[in-house]
Amino acid sequence: MSDNPILLEARALSKRFGSLAAVRDVSIAFLQGEVHAIIGPNGAGKTTFLNLVSGELPATSGALYFNGEDVTGWTADRLARGGLGRSFQHSSVFENLSVHENVRLAAQTQFPQAFGLFLPAERYAGVNRRVDEVLLDMALAASTAARAGEISHGEQRQLEIAMLLAISPKVMLLDEPTSGMSRNETLAMIEVLRRVSRQRTLVLVEHDMEVVFELADRITVLVNGAVLASGAPDKVREDAAVRAAYLGPE
Amino acid sequence: MQLSTVFIQLLNGVQYGMLLFLIASGLTLTFGVMGIINLAHGAFFMIGAYLAFQFTRYWGWPLPAAYAAAVLAVVLLGAGVERTVLAPLADRDHLDQVLVTFGLILVFDELVVIAWGKDVQPAAIPASLSGSVHLGSQFVYPLYRLVLAGIGLLCALGLYLLVAKTRLGMIVRAGSYDRTMVRALGINVTPIFSLVFGLGAALAAFAGVLAAPILSVSPGMGDKIIIIAFVVVVIGGIGSIKGAFVGALLVGLFDSFGKILFPSVSSLIIYALMAAVLIWRPHGLFGTA
Amino acid sequence: MIRPLGAIAAFGFIAVMSALPLFDSAYLITHSTRILIYAIMAMSLDLLVGYCGLVSLGHAAFFGLSAYTAAMLSARAGISNVLIGLPLSLLSAAAGALIIGVLTLRTDGIYFIMATLAFAQMLFFLANDSDFFGGSDGLLLLNHFRASIGNVVLFDLSEPTTRYYVVLAAAFATCIGLALMVRSPFGRVLQGIKSNTQRMRALGYPVERYKLACFVIGGTLSGLAGYLYLVLTSLADPSILNWTQSAEVLMMVLLGGMGTLIGPAAGAFVLIELVDQSSALTEHWKLIVGVVVILATLFARGGLAGLVGTLRARRLEAKPA
Repeated sequence: MSDNPILLEARALSKRFGSLAAVRDVSIAFLQGEVHAIIGPNGAGKTTFLNLVSGELPATSGALYFNGEDVTGWTADRLARGGLGRSFQHSSVFENLSVHENVRLAAQTQFPQAFGLFLPAERYAGVNRRVDEVLLDMALAASTAARAGEISHGEQRQLEIAMLLAISPKVMLLDEPTSGMSRNETLAMIEVLRRVSRQRTLVLVEHDMEVVFELADRITVLVNGAVLASGAPDKVREDAAVRAAYLGPE
Repeated sequence: MQLSTVFIQLLNGVQYGMLLFLIASGLTLTFGVMGIINLAHGAFFMIGAYLAFQFTRYWGWPLPAAYAAAVLAVVLLGAGVERTVLAPLADRDHLDQVLVTFGLILVFDELVVIAWGKDVQPAAIPASLSGSVHLGSQFVYPLYRLVLAGIGLLCALGLYLLVAKTRLGMIVRAGSYDRTMVRALGINVTPIFSLVFGLGAALAAFAGVLAAPILSVSPGMGDKIIIIAFVVVVIGGIGSIKGAFVGALLVGLFDSFGKILFPSVSSLIIYALMAAVLIWRPHGLFGTA
Repeated sequence: MIRPLGAIAAFGFIAVMSALPLFDSAYLITHSTRILIYAIMAMSLDLLVGYCGLVSLGHAAFFGLSAYTAAMLSARAGISNVLIGLPLSLLSAAAGALIIGVLTLRTDGIYFIMATLAFAQMLFFLANDSDFFGGSDGLLLLNHFRASIGNVVLFDLSEPTTRYYVVLAAAFATCIGLALMVRSPFGRVLQGIKSNTQRMRALGYPVERYKLACFVIGGTLSGLAGYLYLVLTSLADPSILNWTQSAEVLMMVLLGGMGTLIGPAAGAFVLIELVDQSSALTEHWKLIVGVVVILATLFARGGLAGLVGTLRARRLEAKPA
């Protein structure tokens, strides 16, 4: 795994809000095909860091490289088009649209010829096939007609991932995908992510340590906006500073 | 351009700006804190002017009593409107508020016509404040307008102190930034909202009372001023008293200087100003993102 | 997919509207033409407001740009040929929408509403304060609006019945065209943008481009209404550019039920009738209209379309299982 090329790289990324430094000089190299978890206590800047990488927030300083290209300052939509997809910590779905339509809007981006102005969207069979595939994959086929705002919390988290899958990203940035999920739902999500990670690079911000240690190839620990430790799970687990700051006594 | 002209236009601009500030401050607080777009805010201005006129001219009340009564009446009216019409729409789309307050504009405009007719009412400057003041050796300026500007500045100072230095003001500012959070903190927002709305109505009515002698008191006066007030709020940034003050001064000055520098396009200037500000700062000068 | 009752209602409506001229009432024809023109304008605004979430208080700008372009062509250049005037007027509205759209779409929320209003007001004062554009009296036209190629007159729009059918056709075309558009992939993107803009960006959609496209399409259709308005009234005066005009159209959209196309078209009919009937009743008609608007907003959520939906739901519930 460590021989794989670097696909996504953050170089000294920083984000300041006035005098508050939320992210300080964070440099991480994400290798192709790996599952890289980012952990840390509340307020460590994990989500802010993810927002910097996905283009939601402009960085105060530092650079971002994707596939060797300098993508610093790219907007969220441009990065998404380039293959950098993300899911949100608080489900960001289209609440008043059906589950099917949610995924369809995502899938449509992959079919540039399907952007007509007058034929009904349902007519584009290729898009519909893809939607059905993804819904089946994510065990959401039964809820396909339900309004996204009315399905259960766990299903909404699944829908988040489904929409991300539908845009066929090269890198998936996942912000606490299992947040608010029951134990069973979490276990199911772990399997989904395991399957999904075989062909993709995953950057996983998580609080649930079980998920992290089940899936991660490497872990980076953020504390107070800066990198405290980074490396293989065992190494991080043994790191004294990390144990002191975060994992607590064993 | 002569120095005296510049100075007079400056004073005119400041005076008009202070008037606009009184109206815009209520508008920006209501929208920033309560999330309510109240197109009918201009009606408070209009009714304040009409009532002050009615009390002094037709019923012969002494000035302070008349003014206080006019403002109080409008506050009560505002409270009634807020409870019956606006509160039920608090959780609905902004557009519903736009629609309902547009309906209110129609209703108030017509009620005023029914009560006082369509003609312009001859409101006069109070005798004690009429006349002019000598500024320097060279020119005179109407006393009333100076007093108006002064009162406006005092109110601005008072509002600033209220918002910046008191606990109520802190809640108002917090609410302006994140309404849901304030509720979640357990602060009972309903009485505070009503207070804010009432304060806004009072300021607008007060502006009407003061403006009656120098603007024309007619049924359309609320509609005309509300658009300018919205322009001020947008330039300054929604929810910001400081923004309303700066915005009002800018609009007042651009308007008064525009009238003598570019008379053919003077009406356009304020809108061009707002458009320019928005292009530079899409959330107004002091608005939060 | 198409409900039989809905299809019958649609055909019935088309039949009635097409047969209107048979009643031989000049007032009815002119009045109906006027309603149809505002229906086009309301539907075009619904595309922006109801489907893309772009609340514009400056929609009258494109209505007026188009009308004034046609008026200026006629008054100053003597061009009244519909085949020349209409495309140019539409182009003018589209260009205006492009420029104003690029400048205003940088903002959102109430700032966007006010920015659109600002630009429309600038156009209003430009028309009102300059003699070149006719000043506050506007431009009164005496020419006939005809569609002619060379010396052959295809149809004469100054003839009320012909004009009515042309406007009717334009209204139907607008309705059907927009209905198809909102169901298309493009229209779905607009709805996605209204539902959750952040998510659309995260999916890779260039949201700003779509908003601009929507704004320009809506503005051009508003221009279509403007051109037809000029053909109907032969007068282009600044009041058609005023913010109150934009507000009235927005009211039509909201009263009819935004996001339904047919709703706003019906809203145009209802508001115009309400104003006309109550002003015939009393000089204080504003009071009536104001009260109706307030009550409708408070108690009829989703406007007319919402009411119809509720009635239909109640009927379905009432049916035995």
